[in-house]
Amino acid sequence: MAMNTWRKAGNEAKLLLIGIPLFIWTMLPIYHLALFAFSSKDEAMGGRLWPDHPTLHNFEVVFKEQHHYLNHFWLQMWNSLFIAVTTGVLTLVVATCAAFAISRLKVRGGRTVMNLALFTYFIPAAFLAVPMYKTMGVYGLLNSQWALILAMTTIAAPYSIWVLKQASDKLPYELDEAAKMDGASPLQLFRLVYLPLMMPSLVAIGTYSLLLAWNEYLYAFLLLSNDRDVTLGVALGNFLAADDSPWELLMTTGLIYALPPAAIYYTFKRYMVGGLTAGAVKS
Amino acid sequence: MATLALPEAQRLPSGPIKKGMSPWQKWGLILLAPYVVVFLVFVLYPVGYGLWLARHPVSYQKLFDDPIFLRSVYNTLAFVIIGINLKMIVALVLSGFFVTARTWIKWLSLLFILPWAVPSIPTILSVRFMLNPEWGLINSLIFRFTQQDGPNWLNDPILALGIAMLMHIWKSLPFWTLILVAGRLAIPAEHYEAASVDGATNWQKFRFITWPSMRTLYLTCTILSMIWTMGDFNSVYLLTGGGPADLTHVLATLGIRYLRLDEVDMSMAAIIVALPAVLPLVYFMMKRLSK
Repeated sequence: MAMNTWRKAGNEAKLLLIGIPLFIWTMLPIYHLALFAFSSKDEAMGGRLWPDHPTLHNFEVVFKEQHHYLNHFWLQMWNSLFIAVTTGVLTLVVATCAAFAISRLKVRGGRTVMNLALFTYFIPAAFLAVPMYKTMGVYGLLNSQWALILAMTTIAAPYSIWVLKQASDKLPYELDEAAKMDGASPLQLFRLVYLPLMMPSLVAIGTYSLLLAWNEYLYAFLLLSNDRDVTLGVALGNFLAADDSPWELLMTTGLIYALPPAAIYYTFKRYMVGGLTAGAVKS
Repeated sequence: MATLALPEAQRLPSGPIKKGMSPWQKWGLILLAPYVVVFLVFVLYPVGYGLWLARHPVSYQKLFDDPIFLRSVYNTLAFVIIGINLKMIVALVLSGFFVTARTWIKWLSLLFILPWAVPSIPTILSVRFMLNPEWGLINSLIFRFTQQDGPNWLNDPILALGIAMLMHIWKSLPFWTLILVAGRLAIPAEHYEAASVDGATNWQKFRFITWPSMRTLYLTCTILSMIWTMGDFNSVYLLTGGGPADLTHVLATLGIRYLRLDEVDMSMAAIIVALPAVLPLVYFMMKRLSK
């Protein structure tokens, strides 16, 4: 009996021995971000573990755009949102149509297209960045937000098609047969049978591509440069250009920029985990 | 989940394929068209254009004469071989931790995913400031406890590259752990119960039940992570900017550095030189995932 209790306690201790360092490791950079955001400049640079006089002053400065680095804060927030949502919608349309054609309509050449998409998915996104940048120049799209939207759709689509194809392969084939017997057209099948049944996967893919576009840095900073066009992420990177940047404002803006994707992730978590682990998302 | 390891057998194209252009085939082509256009315009053309830009042998000559290029090849190898293997081993251990049924572990797993869900730039900059030698949190604490100055973290190439690897691990560990957790949950619980009855130790359970069924998934994840990490731009660029003295570049940041110097041919050549390492891994993944 006593032996058993000891062993149980030992087991719990072992779990805590992993859990506590893991908690600190995970939260430290995020806590440090928040620490700066809620501290005055002098305190933030004082190397303290918590603010003695927490303040919301930094948020006030950011929201009222009271620093020349933050002149376009709300506009840049809107740019991030517009680009993320448009990428999400565009990816959903392109990927859903393709997955339906490949998996349900068994279109000729569908398998080749799936393989090409998979190939694109495996190529590191950073390797495609330079050619993509040059190509957007050729198309005359540089410095247009559509360049970023189209680039992010290109990156998000292959994984989306693959996940949707896997999910739609699992739908019973008899559904299509029955719809056909009733004289449904392919579009009716798509709209009335396929889309409703695929809803959970569609939510996962929409969320995935939206987060991918909101969080992107490399492509955004290559393809956009005008202060009024850039996303919040690029604006944060621009802070780094100067030596005397207001670090506490940078961190406050960073915290604000990090909140929406976290909120979206937690909102759609139950769809995400299923959809995510069905394959592998670009990390 | 098991899809990553064991793709389902492809359904044979039976049923709807008929002779001529049935409305089903016609609609199939129409619905497939948007992605095909995206692929041709934003993948195939850029790749072709990139290869064309790097067609001159002299670009490669210049590349191999550049000491920064050689350094970034070593850095990329170190990143991929040390960083990724370390990450995957930790992910394997943590997947065992997260399948333990405890309420507090459930809550911890919710927080644990945060690094992956939030954008890289704020958190990487947060770490960068934390490591500032003069006023950063880490060195302030070191000074408070030891009265000694801490190291100038990001100014030492080896240390800086190591921290960039840790940054990469911090960011992508949750994702791979999640995948391996799903892999562990797919193992039938009866196997473990039977092993317990036979008096197997934890190590034996791992060695003879967990590992055999996770091996393929683990290998797939490791290779995938290796391919993608050659392109990990953010962890290096935002933390060190390639410095000090361009000693911490990896191939992804080097490509952008050449682009900035207006040497696009070198930028493309650096990527093409990496292809003999990348393409076999991609081929391996393709074979595994698309039967």
